[in-house]
Amino acid sequence: MKPAGFDLACPDTVAEALEVLTEHGGDARILAGGQSLAAMLNMRLATPKVLVDISGLGELSSIAEARGMIEVGAAVTQDQLLRWPGLPAQPLLAQVLPWVGHYQTRQRGTVCGSLAHGDPSSELPLALALLGGEVVLASRRGRRTVTAAAFQTGMMQTAMAEDEMIVAARFPVAGKGAASAFAEVGPRRGDFAIVAIAAVADDSGVTLGIGGVADTPAVRHLQWLNDEGLADALNAIAWDLRAGSDVHASAQYRRTLVRNLGAKVIREARDALSQG
Amino acid sequence: MSVVGQSLERVEDLSLLRGDGRFADDLAEPPGCVHAAFLRAPVAHAVIESIDTSRASALAGVAAVITGQDIQAETRPFLSGVKVDAPQFALAVDRVRYVGEPVAIVVAEDRYKAEDALDLIEVRYRTLPVVVDPEEAAGVAAPILHEGAGGNVLHERLFRYGEPEAAFSNAAHVVETTVRYPRNSCTPIETFAVLAEHRPGEGAFEVTANFQGPYTLHTVMARALNVPGNRLRLKTPPDSGGSFGVKQAVFPYVVALSVAAKLSGRPVKWVEDRLEHLAGATSATNRVTTIRAALDGDGRITALDYDQLEDCGAYLRAPEPATIYRMHGNMTGAYAVPNLAIRNRVVVTNKTPTGLMRGFGGPQVYFALERVVDLAAGKLGLDPMEVRRRNLVPGSAMPFTTTPGAILDSGDYPATMARAEREGGLEELKRRRDAARAEGRLYGIGCAAVVEPSISNMGYITTLLTPQQRERAGAKNGALATATVSFDPSGAAVVNVSSVPQGQGHRTVLAQVVADELGIDPKDVAAATDHDTLKDPWSIASGNYSSRFAGAVAGAAALAARRIAGRLKAIAAPDLNVPVEDVELSGGFARSTLNPDNAIPLARVAAKAHWSPLSIPEEAGAGLRETAFWAGPELREPDPADRVNSSGAYGFIFDYCGVEVDPLDGSVRIDKYVTAHDAGRLLNPALADGQIRGGFAHGLGAALLEELSYAPDGSFQAGTFADYCAPYATDMPELVILHDQSPSPFTPTGAKGLGEGNCMSTPVCIANAVADAIGKPVETLPLTRPRILELLGEEEPADPSPPRPSLETPSGEGHALVGNGSATAPAAPEEVWATLLDLDHLAALVPGCHSLDLVGENHYRMDATLGAGPVKGRFTADVALSDLDPPRALRLSGSASGPLGTATGSGEIRLTGVEGGTRVDYAYSVLISGKVAAVGGRLLDGAARGVIGIVFKRLAGAAKPEIAPGLRARLPRWLGGRP
Repeated sequence: MKPAGFDLACPDTVAEALEVLTEHGGDARILAGGQSLAAMLNMRLATPKVLVDISGLGELSSIAEARGMIEVGAAVTQDQLLRWPGLPAQPLLAQVLPWVGHYQTRQRGTVCGSLAHGDPSSELPLALALLGGEVVLASRRGRRTVTAAAFQTGMMQTAMAEDEMIVAARFPVAGKGAASAFAEVGPRRGDFAIVAIAAVADDSGVTLGIGGVADTPAVRHLQWLNDEGLADALNAIAWDLRAGSDVHASAQYRRTLVRNLGAKVIREARDALSQG
Repeated sequence: MSVVGQSLERVEDLSLLRGDGRFADDLAEPPGCVHAAFLRAPVAHAVIESIDTSRASALAGVAAVITGQDIQAETRPFLSGVKVDAPQFALAVDRVRYVGEPVAIVVAEDRYKAEDALDLIEVRYRTLPVVVDPEEAAGVAAPILHEGAGGNVLHERLFRYGEPEAAFSNAAHVVETTVRYPRNSCTPIETFAVLAEHRPGEGAFEVTANFQGPYTLHTVMARALNVPGNRLRLKTPPDSGGSFGVKQAVFPYVVALSVAAKLSGRPVKWVEDRLEHLAGATSATNRVTTIRAALDGDGRITALDYDQLEDCGAYLRAPEPATIYRMHGNMTGAYAVPNLAIRNRVVVTNKTPTGLMRGFGGPQVYFALERVVDLAAGKLGLDPMEVRRRNLVPGSAMPFTTTPGAILDSGDYPATMARAEREGGLEELKRRRDAARAEGRLYGIGCAAVVEPSISNMGYITTLLTPQQRERAGAKNGALATATVSFDPSGAAVVNVSSVPQGQGHRTVLAQVVADELGIDPKDVAAATDHDTLKDPWSIASGNYSSRFAGAVAGAAALAARRIAGRLKAIAAPDLNVPVEDVELSGGFARSTLNPDNAIPLARVAAKAHWSPLSIPEEAGAGLRETAFWAGPELREPDPADRVNSSGAYGFIFDYCGVEVDPLDGSVRIDKYVTAHDAGRLLNPALADGQIRGGFAHGLGAALLEELSYAPDGSFQAGTFADYCAPYATDMPELVILHDQSPSPFTPTGAKGLGEGNCMSTPVCIANAVADAIGKPVETLPLTRPRILELLGEEEPADPSPPRPSLETPSGEGHALVGNGSATAPAAPEEVWATLLDLDHLAALVPGCHSLDLVGENHYRMDATLGAGPVKGRFTADVALSDLDPPRALRLSGSASGPLGTATGSGEIRLTGVEGGTRVDYAYSVLISGKVAAVGGRLLDGAARGVIGIVFKRLAGAAKPEIAPGLRARLPRWLGGRP
């Protein structure tokens, strides 16, 4: 369990990092916290020729709220965001972050790294998709902003070009009169989610984000319905996501969790809403 | 005052906490040391048609590449407990029989280069049918693993004690269940480590390994290496990162790496990685047991009948089939059951060979026995605890010989049970259950009563032989433990044992035991537990297993120290001017018992022995060093009626717990867990509690989380700690631990083992509680969340809009990756057909295709880099087309292999002319094995769907084809080609 050989680039600026990416393209991979990538390297599941370490870049280390968005730089760890004083502006992030890996992995794992990795069971891509956030990509060719929906294109696949890197992610702050809830089930607390569900509710209805079932986080909006209607709607979603089976859980178990956890988070979000 | 029995702080901890531990991987590497990596089988059963190591050998930095042929030339097959023609070597020879089986070794300047070279070894496998299920393996139609053995059942014996048939026919009630205990492992944090050197001048091997014993295996290793025992010098390091039995299984690697050292002419070091460990180290046996219990009208068990089918994996690796015989004398559990029938069968399957594991055979037996006792209670309408109470061996009967021959040495089981109920708060727990149930919650109480054996009889395994065979082979018995105590001129003691501790705190306890005997402070005792077979006393029973330390090893240390004490008294007596009978040792002095002020410091007594050996009484002897051996006098060989006292001492455990099941997700919350032990005299109560908590953690994992999963094709699916789910510290409830102390009359210290008991009691205790909570029988473990919802069996609401694919998804074998889909291509069916059958066009459709060649009629070979996102691997694929029905339908089938693993699969494609083009329907079924299946199981389905989806998206022109270098792009325009 030793990685194949690679060169390690430690740029001092984003511009230098982009130089390396331009030169090596698909043979290069950004290293931020390494909590997913290092394991893949050690098992030789991924064998990039060049790693570009951006973890020390000051220009990627800030968290700021501007124009209704929380902008998180690409070197910001999950733990730093969790402890950021402005986090209550988006309660869903505060609900989701404690479920991202473990205390130890959150010290190194980055918010944008989770997005770039695009694991289907991962909490942060789910939050970004549900909140309608966006990702800021940079390359020598310039910068562009991609919506969450357009960013993650498949399991561990994104719309990032080979010469691009994430410089920041933007999570919208909570709307007035909105409430959120989150629930997750894995084999143990801190494991990859078998199913993770988040809900954001307001007067018009509730939007669900569902992870761990389809290849990318699924986002579904529901009008407020009576309990029976809600159960039917959740059942339709559960089947529509075409859950698969793996060593941890059957497709049926995943569908059951979509129904059960879906009802739970909707109830919790609605209760939070009514409490104002 | 005695220091034995006090919770002394561990003398080991200061070094460990400061990071100063000396583990196997920390020891200095000799000059010229090279590092080994193992190539392992990606498939469960195959003939090795060829191994080409030329590219690997040519890589710079590689010192040697060793294959099964080298091993076959250099070693003899390993001995095992059953004489069958199923030879096994340290590397696969000609055939692989489980995923993870070592196939070749690369030794190179560093581990990185060694692993680089692994990827360059080309092995051609011809796959064979696979069997992973023990019942299937025992059937007549199963693929045979070892042709020479004539079948997969390598051992079968029937045992009969008393009159079981009559007891069953006269029974008021008979209950029966079939349970399946899963494969699991105790997964120590430190994996295997071996440093092997060959000394050609001496014809000897010198190996340091984190081996834990039993040293019966030293004989097995030396014989395999074709050397006398004294030419295999085996050293073990001072510290260990845990073993729990597991490190017994390092022994094949000791042999493999000794050969590597010999052939490369270099010292060779190897540290196992986690994937290797989970896939290939060892595991507990999985077992299918059908158990029947006969009861009289009062709920007394009059007979038990076991049919045990034991799955030992691909080879019977020594000391197997010991797992199934370790408990033989205890098959009646904690109960007085006069009649007993047992059928034992041992079967091989395409899984990793099994071996020692904390609990060793106990969890399998008690899962059956304690489940059937609960079922009996249900049938009789009695409280499960009441049924147990009526059947426990009474205290007045001790020592009690069980029907199959174990001599239960001490204890009052009903009293311990009653105390647990009282002091553990059973009544309060029942109130909590009733309150929870009144609210509609799923709450249950379960219990288990078990006898915990310790100090294995070296003859128990011979119970597998018939009495006639045993007669011919000669008796095996006893459990020889050794300890050496010496007393130095400063008045300090050194104790040296062959117990090879694995983190339990043996040095602390040895200091306590020796200090008491010598009347000195435990701080004045140094205990050395690293071991060297060339210098230190040992015997075949040496090692750290069967909970033998407290009873046997600490006992031998006490005996050795007692002899030193006797000699110190003899030296001191003339100087104290009293008869030797009047001398006692206390507080660091030899003193007169009649006049304690008449005393001499022990340092002076010792100094005299060392400085003035001519001045001491002759009967005191020269040299203050004593080696004691303790054999376990009650451990006779099995008698002609197959009765065997399989262990030297037997503790008792009564556990009960309250659990709540959440019907939302199937999770189990342990509300309260009470565990009451009687393990004889406690040498160090804090260490005892630590052992109980550790055993409980393993039991909790076995109950709810842990399984070394295999798919029916033999692919291994639990290669990381994200897939093999051991409990986290945060999953551990606080236990209520109670102790009774009925000293064993048979061990020198009165102590019994207690570190394995909760591995035996906890899985079934939790299973019984869950069964009580959900009102359904529990017949297998682990009780994962999905399994519990399955047991609850709530009907699923139907799919409101079921898909109507024109091609059915293949059902696969229940675990294959299956899928289907459709795409519409803007071209006529004939054009699409032509595209599918054109080499270049097809190559352009497959993502990552490097080359595609026709190698026969409708038979292609492809070289492609496949994967999802950053996870990519190069594969060589053979694909055949069949059932061609132009331009309507065809079938594909084939296989692919590469460093990440292997895949086999088949698919069907159907073309239908529709308005504006052709609808392409496809369906597939893929089986994946090897590394990627072991570590990425969760993502495989999506990855397969992704790759296959791209092919058809490209066919439909919705995605750009990939024009790989070397491929001409004469694609039709609708596929994005140039006009």
